[in-house]
Amino acid sequence: MLDQNTFDLRRYIQGNGQSMGVWIALIVMIAFGAMRYDNFTGAYNISSFLNYNSMFIVIALGMCFVIMTGGIDLSVGSVVAFASVCVAYLSPYGIQVALPGGILAGMAIGGLNAFFVIAMRIPPFIATLATMLGAKGGALVISGRQTISVDWGSNFTKFGMGSVGGILPWSIIVVALLAVALWIVLEKTSIGRTVEAIGGGEDATKMMGLPVNRAKAFVYILSGGCAGLAGVILASGFGAGQPLEGVGWELSAIASVVVGGTLLTGGLGSVPATVAGALLLGLVFNILNFENGRGVISFSAYWQMVIRGLFLFVVILLQSRVSRVGAKQGA
Amino acid sequence: MPGFDTRMLAKHGGLIALAVLLLINIAITPNFLQLQTLFVNISQVATIAIVAVGMTLVIATAGIDLSVGAVMAVAGALAPLIFLSEFAQAYPTLGLAASIIVPILVALLCGLFNGVLVAYLGVQPIIATLIFFISGRGIAQVLTNGNLQTFAHPGFSYIGTGKILGLPFQGWLVVVIAIVFWYIVNRTLFGRRILAVGGNERAAKLTGTPVRRVKTGVYVISAGLSGIAGLIVVAINSASDAARIGNLMELDAIASAVVGGTLLMGGKAPIFGAVLGAVIIQLVKYTLLANGVADEVALIAKAGIIVLAVYVQQGRKE
Repeated sequence: MLDQNTFDLRRYIQGNGQSMGVWIALIVMIAFGAMRYDNFTGAYNISSFLNYNSMFIVIALGMCFVIMTGGIDLSVGSVVAFASVCVAYLSPYGIQVALPGGILAGMAIGGLNAFFVIAMRIPPFIATLATMLGAKGGALVISGRQTISVDWGSNFTKFGMGSVGGILPWSIIVVALLAVALWIVLEKTSIGRTVEAIGGGEDATKMMGLPVNRAKAFVYILSGGCAGLAGVILASGFGAGQPLEGVGWELSAIASVVVGGTLLTGGLGSVPATVAGALLLGLVFNILNFENGRGVISFSAYWQMVIRGLFLFVVILLQSRVSRVGAKQGA
Repeated sequence: MPGFDTRMLAKHGGLIALAVLLLINIAITPNFLQLQTLFVNISQVATIAIVAVGMTLVIATAGIDLSVGAVMAVAGALAPLIFLSEFAQAYPTLGLAASIIVPILVALLCGLFNGVLVAYLGVQPIIATLIFFISGRGIAQVLTNGNLQTFAHPGFSYIGTGKILGLPFQGWLVVVIAIVFWYIVNRTLFGRRILAVGGNERAAKLTGTPVRRVKTGVYVISAGLSGIAGLIVVAINSASDAARIGNLMELDAIASAVVGGTLLMGGKAPIFGAVLGAVIIQLVKYTLLANGVADEVALIAKAGIIVLAVYVQQGRKE
C-alpha cells in the first residue's frame, strides 16, 4: 500500500501506466486530427462527436463497475434499444418524464440481471446474454417491430439535439455529471470500496463482512440505468425509438473499459480512464470518417464492426502484457 | 431430502422436457404427426446440434465460445463466393470441393485464433471469443459487400436439401458427428484430457496434460463444426445473407449444451445430451412458431429457458 503522505512519482507511473497511456494516446490523436483535417476542431464536429459518444461513455461507465466486480453485462446494447422505444412512447410528456422513465426501464432490466446473478447464482454472462435476448424481444414486442417516432411538439428532442453554445450538448453535460458522481462513489464511499474488493476476491470480501450482494445488485442496476440513459439520448437525438439499434454496443463498452485499464478479471478500475477509453474508441471512428471523406480510403459501414473487434484485440494484447508484468512485480 | 427434486430434474430433465413438448405438440399443433414436420425439424435442428457438439467440448474445458454464429457467417459467405467464381465455372468439381474445404479451413483458423488467445495469452474465453462474435460477422459482410448472394447449385445444395434413405442429409451428418465425438470424448486420450482440463486445470497441468494444446484444440473443433453448420444453412436456403447466417446461434448452442447436462464450470461433455438439448430447443421454437407466436416472443421464451436450465443445473452442482 502506498503511504498517503509520501508521493512517489515513479511508483505512481508504474501503477497507473496504462491509464496514463490512454490519456497520452487521446492527446496524440486529437493533435493528429486537428492538424490533418480542416473541420476537425470545428464546433459542429466537436458537438456531434460529444453527443454521439455520450451514449458510449455512459454505457462504458456502467460496464466499468460491473467488470470491476468480475462480472460482465452483455445486455447493454439491447437495453439501449428497449429504453429508446420506451421513451419514444413517453416523449409527449416531455423530457422531465421521459428521462427518468428511460433510466427506470433500464434499471428494471438491470434489476433482472441482478436477480439472476445474485439470487439464482447464474453466471453473469449467461444471465446477461439471456436478458440481451429478452430485452431485444421486449423492444420488438412493444414497438411492433417499428421505429417509433418521438413527439416533436414536446421539449423531448431538445435534450438530444440541443447544446450549450452550440458546442456542449446537453447529453454530454448530463453524462459528465454522472461520471463525476460515479467517480466519487467509487473512490469515497463504502459501496465503491466493496465493488473493488469483490473483484479482488469475492469470498474474502464476504468474510470481511462487506455487503457483497448489495454491491453486486448496485452494479447491475447501475449498468442497466446507464444503458437506459443512453437509450434516452438515442431516441432524443435521432427523433425515434429504435428497437434494432445497439447491436455490438456491449463490445464497444467492454473495449472502452479495458483500454481504460480496468482488468477484466476484476478489482482495479478507474472512472476517468474509462471515459478516456470511450473517447479514444470514438476518436478512432471519427478519424476514420474524416479519412473516408478525403477519399483516401473507403470503409463501408461493415468495417465498423471489424474495427471494433480489432480495437478490442489490440487492447487485450496490451493488457495481457501489462497484467503479466504487474503480476511479476507483485511476486 | 433437500434438493431431491432439482437433482431428479437435472438428471432426467431433458427427456422429460422432450416428452412434454411432444405431447403438447400432438395435442395442439396442427399437422404435427406428419413426415413433412419431421423433415422440417430435422433439417433445422441439424445446424444447432452440430454447433452444440463443439460448444459442449469448449464448455467441458470451462470455456465458452461466443463466436460460433459469426464463424458460421464467415464460412457461409465464403462458399458462394468460391463456387460462383470464374474458376469454379471452369472447373466445376474442383470449384465445389474448394467451396466446401476452403470455408471450413478458414473457420478452423478462426478457432485457432480464439484458442491461442485463450490458451496462450490467458484471455478470458468470453472476451477472446467476443472479438469474433462482433467482427466475424463484419468480416463476412465486408467479403460480400453486405449483398445477399442467391444461387442455384444442385451440387452444393445437396448438403442442405439432399436425402439419404428418405431422411435429410444433414440429419445423418449429425448422427455421424455425434458418434465420432462421443468416441473421442469417452475412448481417446484427447477426450480424457478435455475432461481433465475442465475438471481441475491445475491438477491436469501437474499430471502432465498439455493444457494449452487441449484448450486450443477444442476452440478449433468448435469453429470447424460451426463452419460446417454455416455451409448447411446456406445450402438449405440456396442463398447467403451474411447478416443472418448463424445469428444468435451462440445462444441456441449454449442452451442446447446446458439443457443436455453440460456443466458451465467444465469437466463434463455429454455429446448425446447436447444433441438432445438441440432437439428440445428446436421443438420449443417450432411449437411457438407453428402456433402463431411471434418471433420476438419466442426470443423471450428462449431467454427464459436458458436461465431456467442453468438454474436447475446449479442445484445439481451442490
